[in-house]
Order: sequence, then structure tokens, then C-alpha cells
Amino acid sequence: MTRAHKILTFQASAIAAGALIMGVVADMARATPAPTPAAVTIGNFSFNRQALTVKPGTTVTWTNADDIPHTVTSTASVFKSKVLDTGDKFSFTFAKAGQFGYYCSLHPHMTGTVLVKA
Amino acid sequence: MIDDLDGDRRGFLKCMAWAGTGALFAFSGGVGSSIGLDAALAAPLKQASLQPFTFAQISDSHIGFNKPPNVDARATFREAIAKVKALPQRPDFVIHTGDVSQLSRDEEFDDAEQILKELGLPVFFVPGEHDMLDPDGGKAFLNRFGKGSQGAGWYSFDHRGLHFVALVNVADLKPGGMGNLGAAQLAWLKADLAGRSSSTPVVVFAHIPLWTVYADWGWGTDDSAEALKLLARFGSVTVLNGHIHQITQKVEGKIAFHTARSTAFPQPVPGTAPSPGPLKVPSEQLHSMLGITDALFVRGHDRIALIDSTLSA
Repeated sequence: MTRAHKILTFQASAIAAGALIMGVVADMARATPAPTPAAVTIGNFSFNRQALTVKPGTTVTWTNADDIPHTVTSTASVFKSKVLDTGDKFSFTFAKAGQFGYYCSLHPHMTGTVLVKA
Repeated sequence: MIDDLDGDRRGFLKCMAWAGTGALFAFSGGVGSSIGLDAALAAPLKQASLQPFTFAQISDSHIGFNKPPNVDARATFREAIAKVKALPQRPDFVIHTGDVSQLSRDEEFDDAEQILKELGLPVFFVPGEHDMLDPDGGKAFLNRFGKGSQGAGWYSFDHRGLHFVALVNVADLKPGGMGNLGAAQLAWLKADLAGRSSSTPVVVFAHIPLWTVYADWGWGTDDSAEALKLLARFGSVTVLNGHIHQITQKVEGKIAFHTARSTAFPQPVPGTAPSPGPLKVPSEQLHSMLGITDALFVRGHDRIALIDSTLSA
């Protein structure tokens, strides 16, 4: 086998492998569509789903249904809403797995957790 | 000077009958007592020889609040200011114990400032958590109402032999916690009180109560015990707070605690509602504020007098 042939063969293999990977990724995308968005409602000075479990990539939307302003503030400074008056919403997309605690920075006894796992 | 608390109790309770409540404090001999503004208005002028001085406390004006049970918090704030102005003895100054605004908006602070100007009196402020909502976390409030203060807005001053201390317990709140003073402010307080005679009457004011009224609703201050320890050696300490939109009072040792009512809306008595949200009394009842029955603070000569407060329909 000549040297040139070897290189050509390697390139062909690489292309084939790349195509295979792309195919797998496409299959994965078909198998796992974008996660369903999740919603948390703020009412009565509390988060209605205090422990929420979602898949990576999920967008969580908090809606303030209380008649007092609140915030959604990550304990580890991962996200922080502006002040949410009645009816205001805040969304955050959790790309990676992990546990994300949060609270209302006005009324810190209001706490919640989003657990992100595949 | 109110020298017969029992005699004024009826008047005090009557003062619960309007929403724009303030509280009036009279000092003589370093012992504070409080009566409602209506009672004070009705009280005859006492002999001039006593020459007590008074100051008024207003709280939780929530300028910008426009939902049930009060669609116009500005109007009830104006009523409260009119009550202060109508006092037979003009207060030397007014303290506002926080939540001046609803959402820390410039127009809310502006309106509060304009309405307060009608008083023609000095006003001393501490911020509430609603005053910390600008993008810079309280700078808008401090630039307007906190000139000369330190840190998140704390300061002290002396007036006619009394020492007044303004504390901030709404900054840098911790997840799962209540009000918070923080190490820097406590260090400042220690230095501020050091060297002062224990016979100096001290008045401390802050937004959130400096004792735990109701932990489930966050109605307390996590590190208040450290502040109270520093105050324990003083013979007369009066702690004035807001935040909970109802009057609660207690005496512990030499320290008398008092929370003022809001000028905007009442909040439920601890544990009587699913949350501390505004108590939605019918509009015709708003000014009567019958949601709250107050306990009159009575300072005993040699014992602690503690009277619970309840909510009445």
C-alpha cells in the first residue's frame, strides 16, 4: 500500500466516521426533542413548586401571581430576575445538570430548588 | 406628655379606626410611651412646664401601591401627614421606618418626598425592602433620603439628650433568612454606642422588627440579638419598627419594642392568613382598620408588661 493511498483511506474513514457521528446526533435529536418548558407560580409568598426536577435544556418560567412584588434570585448567582410585580414573568434555561437553589431577595424566607438531570 | 396611659387606652384603640395611622411618642425622663394620633389630637395641651418633646413615626407608605384594599396609597399617606400636622404639639421631627415606595421607582420616591414636604419638619429615614429594588440595590433611595449615612444607610444622631440610631436590616438578605444587619453594621453600632453613658435614653429604628414576631413570614432579624446585646446596658431603650403593618408591642428588660402601622394597607396578624399579603378589607373599612386590635404598651415600674395583640373583624 502506497503512502498516498493510506492518507486517502484515512480521510475516507474520517469522513465516514464524521457522517456516522452526525447521524447519531440527528437520531438523538429526534429521540429527545427540546424538553417541555416548566412553570413555577409565585403566590401567597411562596413558590408553588418548591422542588422542581427538569431535564437539561429546559426553560423554566416563573410568574408572580401575588399582589406583592418578588424576585427570583439564584443562591449561587447563576440567575437573577428584576423585581417582578404582579403578573410579571421571568424565564431561565437550564442548559446543564445540577441543583440550583433560589430565593426571593425581598422575602428571603421564600426558597425553591430546580434539580436539572438527564 | 401622656402621664395616664390607662386613661388614654380608649383613645389609643380608637386611633386604630383609620388607615393612615402614625404613632406619636412623648419622652419625659427617658421613658417612652405611645398613643395614637387621634388620642393625641384630642388631648388637651399639658402644662408648659413639662416641656416634653415629641416626634412622630410613619411607616410603610408604599407609594405606588394601587391594589385592593387601597387603590391610592398616596391619598392615605397625605391623610397621615395631615394628622401629624394637626397634632396639638408640633413634633420636633418625623421618622419614616421604611417601604417609602412600592417598587423603588423615581416617581414614587418623588411623590413621597413632595408629600412629606408639606410637613415642614425634618424627616429621618431607613429603607425597607421595597426601597432596594432599583438596579443598583438601594442607591436611588440613599441618594435621596440617605445623605450622610453609612453602608446601606445606617446613621445616628442626638436630640435633646436622646441618642437615635437608624439601622438597616433589608440589605444583603440571605436565602432562607429574615432581616439582616450584618457584621459591618454591628461593628459600627458597637463603636457608636461605646463611651455613651448608660443613662442616655436610646431610640433605635429599623424597618423589619428587631425581634422575631413571626419566623414563618420572615418577620424578624436574624442577627438582632447581637445588636440588643450592645443595647442591654442602657436604662431606656425604645425600638421602633415597621414592615408588618400592624401594631405589636412588648417589653423585654429595659427594651421596649413597638411596630407601627402602615399608611397604605393592613397585613394579617401572624398565622391568620396563608401569607402576609395585604389584608383586603372592604373599602369602607379601610380607614377603620378593624383588622387589628392593638395591645397597649404599658411600661411597668419594676416588671415587664407584655400585652398580646390580636386581629378583630
